[in-house]
Amino acid sequence: MNRYLELQLVEQAIITLAAMILVTSFALLGQSRVVATIRTFAWQGWLLALTTALVAWDIGHPHLYLSAFLTAILKGVLIPWLLTRQARQLGILRAVDSIVRPGITLLIAGALVVFCYGVALPIGQLVEGVTRDVVAISLANVMLGMFMLVIRRTAVTQVVGFMAMENGIFFAAVAATQGMPMVVELGVAFDVLVAVVLFGVIFFHIRDSIESLDVDALNRLSEVEK
Amino acid sequence: MVDLVNVLEWVFALLQMALFVVAAPLFTAWIKRVKCWLQNRRSPPLSQPYRDLRRLFSKQVLLAHTASPLFRTAPYLVFGTTVIAAAVVPLIALELPTARIADAIVLVGLFGLGRFFLALAGLDVGTTFGGMGASREMTVGALAEPAMLMVIFALAMGAASTNLSTVIHSMLAQGLALRPSLLFAFLALLLVGIAETGRVPVDNPATHLELTMIHEAMILEYTGRQLALMEWAAQLKLMIYGVLVCNLFFPWGIAQTLDPASLLIAGGLLSVKLIILGAVLAVAEGLVAKMRFFKVPVFLAVAFTLALVGMLSFVMLESAS
Repeated sequence: MNRYLELQLVEQAIITLAAMILVTSFALLGQSRVVATIRTFAWQGWLLALTTALVAWDIGHPHLYLSAFLTAILKGVLIPWLLTRQARQLGILRAVDSIVRPGITLLIAGALVVFCYGVALPIGQLVEGVTRDVVAISLANVMLGMFMLVIRRTAVTQVVGFMAMENGIFFAAVAATQGMPMVVELGVAFDVLVAVVLFGVIFFHIRDSIESLDVDALNRLSEVEK
Repeated sequence: MVDLVNVLEWVFALLQMALFVVAAPLFTAWIKRVKCWLQNRRSPPLSQPYRDLRRLFSKQVLLAHTASPLFRTAPYLVFGTTVIAAAVVPLIALELPTARIADAIVLVGLFGLGRFFLALAGLDVGTTFGGMGASREMTVGALAEPAMLMVIFALAMGAASTNLSTVIHSMLAQGLALRPSLLFAFLALLLVGIAETGRVPVDNPATHLELTMIHEAMILEYTGRQLALMEWAAQLKLMIYGVLVCNLFFPWGIAQTLDPASLLIAGGLLSVKLIILGAVLAVAEGLVAKMRFFKVPVFLAVAFTLALVGMLSFVMLESAS
């Protein structure tokens, strides 16, 4: 507590923004409309970019500014725009992907965060600087993204969960090791972009073959039921 | 000498409680005035709630044939618990003896007790509206209470105490700091306060004619001074939540000693804070529409999640020594 109060304002801002990213992860779990989910994902991207830029300013690593810029463009603008466009073409932009048992989902999500805190405690000890405590948050973002992949039923929101997981991994890299090497970062950024385009193709294939984007329909063999 | 100081403190604590009770209708009137300005209407004078209360106190009390003694005593119990709750909350001075008799968890308990009798009174006469209102009130209450307790835990962990005076003290001692736990607890308390005091997205305090009303439905059978007490208790509850928001998160200026100068400054600053808060609340109420009742659990789940994340972020991010 006392150590926290002695931090500079920038460092307090980094930690507050990290906590806000965690809130957006919870919000992603709770959003039922497709368009709202994508919008929340865009917010998470902007917060992540802002956090990265502040970390860059705080520890003086100029190459992190480039990462922040890439994050803002890719995850704040381009990917949400692509997903929105695909969802509109599929006619499911305003569709509802309702959450089954929201109360239990919330409790499991809280338990996951506590679990990540326990796991990340020894990792944090190895990290220098302000981002030491943020490692647990970034790990929690990865877990919450994965949890979203598990509980969502339509393909579009699952892709958003996948992207949120990628956000968590990127955040962990920024928090634990002050960012990845530039080559890796550029590679991952373009991989993610290509992934979204490919997912778009797969959406249409899924819809053509099972006439729905609800992946629960993939559990049944249509020939047997007919 | 020690006894005299003690007696003075008690006298002052009672005066502060009285100020709380007397000022409550004024806060409601102020919110109403700002709402009227926003809607291009002429607002009633700020003294209107007082006139209403005086008129109701002088009117005859009519009771339904089916009313039991519980129905008659409920207004006094509801008003009494709310006044005790007001005594616990520091208004303009810290470290008063009334603040030491109960902590924030008891405060939530007092609200719960008041709500219990309010709901029973709604059910007692046996009208449809009363039963519906009571059922809705308990639904909202059952979801708002855990969220409120989470807010209190998030604050109490930072101050290592659940006593409101101690929490405010530690808030004053830390100076200006950007703490995620405080940010989320603040947002959660705003949402819980809106739900608990029956403001717009959850309940509409200005209607008697809608099927969606909650608080008004329960007190529909009351007349005269009993209705006055019920209304006054509701206004007092709104004021308590307003003061909690102001004093817990923006405590600067609150009097830490009992000399007249600092008390005056504290009173003036608190009025400014409450005026701003009331205006913000009125603007927010103008911007949102009343939500369907089945959306209220989602609204309160957001509050609970925010408070939960606030508590988690205190443990994860701020507690390292």
